[in-house]
Amino acid sequence: MVAPLVSVRDLTVQFNTDEGRITAVNKVSFDIGPGEVLGLVGESGSGKSVTAKSLMKLNAGNTVYGPDSKITLNVDDKEIDVLSLTKPEDLLYIRGGAVSMVFQEPMASFAPALTIGKQMSETLRLHLKVSKKEAKSIAIDMLARVGISDAPTRFDQYVFELSGGMRQRAMIAMALSTKPKLLIADEPTTALDVTIQAQVLDLMQDLVEEYQMAILFITHDLGVIAQVADRITVMYLGQHVETGSVRSVLNNPQHPYTKGLMKAIPKLDDLDAPLTPIPGDIPSPLERPNGCVFHTRCSEFIEGQCSINEPEMKLVTNEHDVACFAAEKLLNSNTQEATS
Amino acid sequence: MSENIVSIKGLGVHYPIVGGWFGEKKIVKAVDNINIDIKRGQFFGLVGESGSGKTTLGRAILQAAPISKGEITFNDGERKFDVKSLKNQDLLDFRRRAQLIFQDPYAALSPRMTVRDIIAEPLEVMKLTENKEETNQRVRDIASECRLNIEHLRRFPHAFSGGQRQRISIARALVANPDFLVADESVAALDVSIQADILNLLKSLQKEHGLTFLFISHDLSVVAHVCDVVAVMYLGQIVEMAPNKALFRKPRHPYTAALLSAIPSLDPDAESQAIKLEGEIPSPLSPPSGCRFHTRCPHAKPRCSEEAPEWRQIDEEHFVSCHFADELNL
Ligand SMILES: Nc1ncnc2c1ncn2[C@@H]1O[C@H](COP(=O)(O)OP(=O)(O)OP(=O)(O)O)[C@@H](O)[C@H]1O
Ligand code: SF4
Ligand SMILES: [Mg+2]
Repeated sequence: MVAPLVSVRDLTVQFNTDEGRITAVNKVSFDIGPGEVLGLVGESGSGKSVTAKSLMKLNAGNTVYGPDSKITLNVDDKEIDVLSLTKPEDLLYIRGGAVSMVFQEPMASFAPALTIGKQMSETLRLHLKVSKKEAKSIAIDMLARVGISDAPTRFDQYVFELSGGMRQRAMIAMALSTKPKLLIADEPTTALDVTIQAQVLDLMQDLVEEYQMAILFITHDLGVIAQVADRITVMYLGQHVETGSVRSVLNNPQHPYTKGLMKAIPKLDDLDAPLTPIPGDIPSPLERPNGCVFHTRCSEFIEGQCSINEPEMKLVTNEHDVACFAAEKLLNSNTQEATS
Repeated sequence: MSENIVSIKGLGVHYPIVGGWFGEKKIVKAVDNINIDIKRGQFFGLVGESGSGKTTLGRAILQAAPISKGEITFNDGERKFDVKSLKNQDLLDFRRRAQLIFQDPYAALSPRMTVRDIIAEPLEVMKLTENKEETNQRVRDIASECRLNIEHLRRFPHAFSGGQRQRISIARALVANPDFLVADESVAALDVSIQADILNLLKSLQKEHGLTFLFISHDLSVVAHVCDVVAVMYLGQIVEMAPNKALFRKPRHPYTAALLSAIPSLDPDAESQAIKLEGEIPSPLSPPSGCRFHTRCPHAKPRCSEEAPEWRQIDEEHFVSCHFADELNL
């Protein structure tokens, strides 16, 4: 078996705030293989961005990582223990070198006072040993690759001179110019119109194939996940509740939360289907429920169990895990039926 | 009695802007030559990409954007208004009947207003109640109809989640008993579960109060689920309008077809059918000649860049503006 490119184990991230210490991510584990696209979904505040930033050790100053948290990056025959990195040059390697990131808001990636070309060249020279001239030619080449017309002219422009779709492409060009092994894409197309989104997704998929790059793709749009991801991890209140191949999870969701999401989504192939919200509100991160984090809103809640014990990730099929007592029970009765 | 609550004829909303190297005056036609009717009781959807003019059209109907050309008639069955020329008492009366649901009441209003103040403001500004007690009663009634916690009325909205803020907006828009509401991107920033909840609330309020909605959204799947009739905008114009199912099953304009094809399917095995559109949306400052979509249209022919297509009926309640809508098999 090939070693995963990234392996995240028991990642727990807490923040010290005025109201006390809050848990944003709790014991999350997943792997991403080389060239694999893992989709991370969940409601606002579920800890997707905090998880992603942990891979680059990029969380704010008030962050406390749990003692058992471990993030391992396997690149160039090296095994990097991400959370133990402290030296600037080591951090640089996982921030824009082997790992790079694109955000929802492209303006966040660019300094407004520098031209696109200057920033791309600087990033390149920081991570690769290239001359100014080489950096310029790589940058222009990359801008052209992402479908920006007239790349040499754009090279000398400022971000604010570009349209939203162009900015997103320029940001992707910058993130990819150092040929990272892992791209972290946090809602990269959410601000785009659907026709432009389709273009950008196409582009990202081409680049995955060409560079054998892996992507951690964060989005709240399950349609986008269905189209780009190989596997999917569903998060709720900082916890991973279900993970598996995109086919298995979307066609046959096992966790009540995932099932709830599917019922709330407007589907184009059934316009008369009612939209059913998940009952109740997300609890505040300051008041994380005991037992299963989802039990306060769950329709399959088991009395005497779900509010007391924490369900563990269990195998549904070879390529699909779920953390839910009801799903587990159903699974057990099914296997019993099958064997008897 | 006409059954149209809003009737729009040849509407143009033009803004003069100073730009270019020599400070020349130019005109942006944010909305140009629009002809549509919205029937009483409809949930009317307006879709299109950013910058296509959806918000401007919604604002023009509410007399919150300048009506440069054409006319808008509002008739709720009780009174008829020529929206363009409204003043003073008539304008106030019109405002009570036609309201906007803010996308975020917190961003739009003073942060020092409590939830109660935000909801009560239309009543107070328009002097619709006799005394404070009546105002408070009305606020409580509408708040509980919008499933807001009465205890929360004394709080400030910054403490609330996106879904709760949206309910505050809806309550404020409804407090003066309007007949017509413009909901501009009301569910845009919400998680799917909260989105479903707000959409259900809007639909049930519509039934209960016999409201008419202009529902503006960039999300086609949402519009497909809640609207009766849908109009598609491109670069300041409406290119197609049809009953919901007709539009989604059989679009007749190449732009609508491209838009629908670009929605990512929830089925991982569905091959992407996205129709590739060349380039970006042109600037509304210098819209293309002829059909405004011709620069990106996969079916464009020489005629398209020379002659603007007419807005015409192609099927029952189905309107389109494309020279070749009859022959294209989209
Ligand atoms: N520096 C910080 N200090 C305190 N709390 C934080 C900090 N960063 C994030 N949080 C909290 O951690 C939780 C998880 O946030 P995160 O941004 O990861 O959510 P998300 O899943 O990315 O949501 P969205 O879909 O809105 O982007 C939230 O409750 C958030 O408020
Ligand atoms: S463990 Fe219990 S409460 Fe949690 S999702 Fe499963 S059934 Fe619901
Ligand atoms: Mg986030």
